Amino acid sequence: MSEIVVSSRIRLARNISGYRFLGKMTRHQRQSLEAKIRDTILSAQLSPQTLYVDLEAAPEIDRQLLVERHLISKQHAAGEGARGVAIAENETLSIMVNEEDHLRIQVLRSGLQLEEAWEQINAVDDKLEARLDFAFHPRFGYLTACPTNVGTGIRVSVMLHLPALKLTGEIEKVFRAAKDLHLAVRGLYGEGTEATGDFYQISNQITLGHTEEEIISDFKHGVIPKIIDFEHHARRTLLNERTAALDDKVFRSLGILRSARLLTSEEVMFLLSHLRMGINLGRVKDVDMRTVNELLLLTQPAHLQKLQGRKLEGDQRRAARADFVRQRLNGN
Amino acid sequence: MKCDNCKNQASVHLTEIRNGKKIEKHLCEQCAAQLEGLPIKSHTPINELLTNFVLAHSGQLAREQSATCEVCGISWAEFRQNGLFGCEHDYTAFEKDLTPLLHRAHAGGTHHVGKVPVRRGSAMPPAKKQVDVARLQRELQRAVEAEDYERAAKLRDQIRQATAG
Repeated sequence: MSEIVVSSRIRLARNISGYRFLGKMTRHQRQSLEAKIRDTILSAQLSPQTLYVDLEAAPEIDRQLLVERHLISKQHAAGEGARGVAIAENETLSIMVNEEDHLRIQVLRSGLQLEEAWEQINAVDDKLEARLDFAFHPRFGYLTACPTNVGTGIRVSVMLHLPALKLTGEIEKVFRAAKDLHLAVRGLYGEGTEATGDFYQISNQITLGHTEEEIISDFKHGVIPKIIDFEHHARRTLLNERTAALDDKVFRSLGILRSARLLTSEEVMFLLSHLRMGINLGRVKDVDMRTVNELLLLTQPAHLQKLQGRKLEGDQRRAARADFVRQRLNGN
Repeated sequence: MKCDNCKNQASVHLTEIRNGKKIEKHLCEQCAAQLEGLPIKSHTPINELLTNFVLAHSGQLAREQSATCEVCGISWAEFRQNGLFGCEHDYTAFEKDLTPLLHRAHAGGTHHVGKVPVRRGSAMPPAKKQVDVARLQRELQRAVEAEDYERAAKLRDQIRQATAG
């Protein structure tokens, strides 16, 4: 199951009482609120090492790096004005400051760990709430800039790897089932992103009228097991009834990864996705999962450039990516 | 001019064309109502009536569209444009218009039943306790079905605590 569920994520949206929401704040107010929140987070000592990044000052490559690591949203990287992110607890906790709301607390865990994630984020929320007065209304709950987040302010999501459903053409079933259950299906980097590499993020859309525990429980015991079963079933079908087609897809991908001279980040995601499935199904035995998971991250544009220690454009980047992948998969 | 029918002052003047001939009648309000079936003239002149009618309707429209939050100044129209509120007070300022929107966005959910900040704890209504137990029992059922007995035990203890207190 953990091969299909790549990661679990919970996020809470909070605003500070007595301050306007971000859309109606002056530049100066934004700056002073950011400073206040930053100081509060650091003094709360959420973890032995808390890193705060000033995103307004950070270069684009650093912001891109944080997006690739799922620590900030694309929106936050591209945003304007005083804003930042606090990163703690070994990158499982990140707190975006001045994104759409004053605070967006996020816990990210590998595999299916929704309950653990909730325990962690609930404790962080309590610690911060002891120091900050969150905007709250008895009827509407935690007040957010967008009413679609009001109430619990919670977004629960899981990242699923569904290559078989894509190959058998049944991925549409998943979209329909999700829609019926008021769940959103998005790509690898959340809102407004495409499903590259057969990775899909499923998240709740309803935040009002249910408790946080109910939302998490419905998620964990409702739709996710169904989708996982779907994928398992599709994989078994491919393995038993379309073995040659499956192997062709897997080994063709491995072949390209081991030989290509130019690779775009999009193409490499799909190739690695097939390789990942091939390893899960025992078709590929001489590449281990850790290598694939590392490659998935390190072939991303910002990570690649940081590794190489220099800025790369166009073909240079595509060549560097291909070189890196060949090196890791051929052992030379 | 006197009413054709009675001795009162005529205030309703009718002109009928019948078979090409013009017939004039002069009646008071009561006789006009009685004989011609005309409604008794309202004491409000038509021009006033008209203005009031229009005002009564457009006044409401104008009020709706220009409803703003006193604190941040955002209008309902402005909110509808980009989907974001300006401050925490907007929720109460626009409560009426917000309810159907929330109903749609949250599939019927219109009241918060989840976590409450500790400092607001005392504001929790007593009814919540009952809801808690029902919810815990549902969760317990689900945990047992999923064979997550550790979680089931935790929930069972929580239920015991809630029902004992």
